[in-house]
Amino acid sequence: MEKLTFRHTTKAPLAGAKAQAITGVVASGNLEVLLERTLAPDACTVEIETPINGYGDVWEAVVADFVARAQPGGIRITVNDGGARPDTVSLRLLQGARLMEV
Amino acid sequence: MTLAEILASLFPDGHAVSVADGLVSGDGPFGTGRLAVIGIDANTPLGVEGAARLSRHVLDVLRRGGGTPILVAIDSDSQRMSRRDELLGLNEYLAHLAKALLLADASGHPTVGLVYGHTAAGAFIATALATRVLVGLPGAHPSVMDLPSVARVTKLPLERLEAMAKDTPVFAPGLDNMVQTGAVQAVLDPGQPLGPQITALIDAMPESDTRDALGRSRAGRPVAQEIAAQVVRDASLA
Amino acid sequence: MTDPGAASWYEASARARLDGLLDAGTFREFIGPEQRRMSPHLPLFDLPRAFDDGMIVGAGRLDGQAVLVAAQEGRFMGGAFGEVHGAKLVGLLRAALARKPAAVLILFDTGGVRLQEANAGETAIAEVMRAIAQVRAAGVPVIGLIGGRAGCYGGGGLIAGTCSRLAVSEGGRISVSGPEVIETNKGAEEFDSRDRALVWRTMGGKHRRLTGGADAFVDDTVAAFRAAALRLIGTAPAFDLATLEAEQARLETRIARFGDCRDGTEIWARLGANDPAAIPAMTTAEFDALLTQLGETTHDAR
Repeated sequence: MEKLTFRHTTKAPLAGAKAQAITGVVASGNLEVLLERTLAPDACTVEIETPINGYGDVWEAVVADFVARAQPGGIRITVNDGGARPDTVSLRLLQGARLMEV
Repeated sequence: MTLAEILASLFPDGHAVSVADGLVSGDGPFGTGRLAVIGIDANTPLGVEGAARLSRHVLDVLRRGGGTPILVAIDSDSQRMSRRDELLGLNEYLAHLAKALLLADASGHPTVGLVYGHTAAGAFIATALATRVLVGLPGAHPSVMDLPSVARVTKLPLERLEAMAKDTPVFAPGLDNMVQTGAVQAVLDPGQPLGPQITALIDAMPESDTRDALGRSRAGRPVAQEIAAQVVRDASLA
Repeated sequence: MTDPGAASWYEASARARLDGLLDAGTFREFIGPEQRRMSPHLPLFDLPRAFDDGMIVGAGRLDGQAVLVAAQEGRFMGGAFGEVHGAKLVGLLRAALARKPAAVLILFDTGGVRLQEANAGETAIAEVMRAIAQVRAAGVPVIGLIGGRAGCYGGGGLIAGTCSRLAVSEGGRISVSGPEVIETNKGAEEFDSRDRALVWRTMGGKHRRLTGGADAFVDDTVAAFRAAALRLIGTAPAFDLATLEAEQARLETRIARFGDCRDGTEIWARLGANDPAAIPAMTTAEFDALLTQLGETTHDAR
């Protein structure tokens, strides 16, 4: 298992007031994403646990791209990965952000 | 200990317990009353017929009343693995046997499980694990699945599993590990008469299910009790 | 928004099933994912963990009635019982003894015991069965809903047999030893696990409903399971000697009547079905009509 943590500063807080959301399931090729509105409005952290070692660079790029697109300020994101492909990870992160925007 | 030795130790004045097709049933004099015995002997797998026969014995004891305690003595295989047993609904037969034991216990017939040989999986859950207090004898080896099968399913090397099993009681087969998870309350002393040991267990039976508390204090199931208690607490506030 | 009730139960996640099953917005989870009460054991095996350990428990309302609910996520570790997973269900049933809800609903989706935590899982199953007996004896129905991709196998099958009532869909399978387990231990001539039609005829929802192993056969939708749960709560049998004597007679009769049958279709023919081979393809409405015509598949002996 490998643990990764990424910290970002965003230009804006994520819209909406929902305190918490969860999406996805820990299964082969899938992942679960937990989002909590617990950070300063311009901060976002993404913590990942993955059984596939050695892909830190890919995760870093996927997370940076997600933060740039969603501007998820104020959100602590925690990921339990089941060995998902980068496109699945992107999709789930954006899905999670949308769930928080209500 | 063999079944014959166990029965001789329990009933020094003789008994009416018999074995047919690996299924044990009968009773003998015990204290001022009787002790009913059901069980499985000689590593016999438990199928639909066997489960139905054992549950009939339990219901007979229950119908007669009088608070007769029931000893469930087990040296079994797992559930019988066959297409026919599943076609006939083995899950219902095993659950029915467990329910009969649970109802008997709740109706004033103390139930004591005694594992003296092997037992596994569904046969274990339907019999010994469905009693109020479960004890073992030295040499017993209950298991959910043997390590070579665990290795196949988990795709981990057997040597690594064997090494992990030494300090991880939560998954490895064996009596000691089931003691540590709290499923087995105690290991009896085969050098002493079993009757007084069973009587002492019956006299000190816990009112509620204490297996998770035992598992925590023995470190074999570190979090189960706390998780269950937190659910109860959360529910009382909801 | 699509209607959550129309969603496939088989395809839905455990959380989506709960959302659609209960009155909208009434679900309150106990030990939610933010508490991160994950398995303490899976890291030893280098396996990923889930925030809820594949078991979601909580309270909600079903048509206004207070219920306690538990849902297994069959896609995480096959919905198998580990230490945390099992303890959450044990706690929920103990809570039911104190709170006396209108019912406890268990949404099964499980392969049985999680081998990496086998002793904890096996013990938890025994604790669950004892707790169900107590909850039922206290007059609270325990209703099992079975239609997930992992089916209801191993100790899950025994827990199901302990419930007051069971609803099952076409995709639901109830058994102790699964097809792969039988094949691995006894060979493909005993059970060819790749023969899906054989699996359904041996342990599928229709076979279980026809032989009395389940009390309702429902379409594979969240709405259908909701309707069945509501209906079954009102018909739960007592947990007493009379019920178990009736179950004893029911199960002995089944062996005497069908013990020499090799296949589900032989049993269905003996039950009086004119065209047993047509049963697997029947719609729920056609199947319900058949049940009415056979007239002996409903009982209070569980």
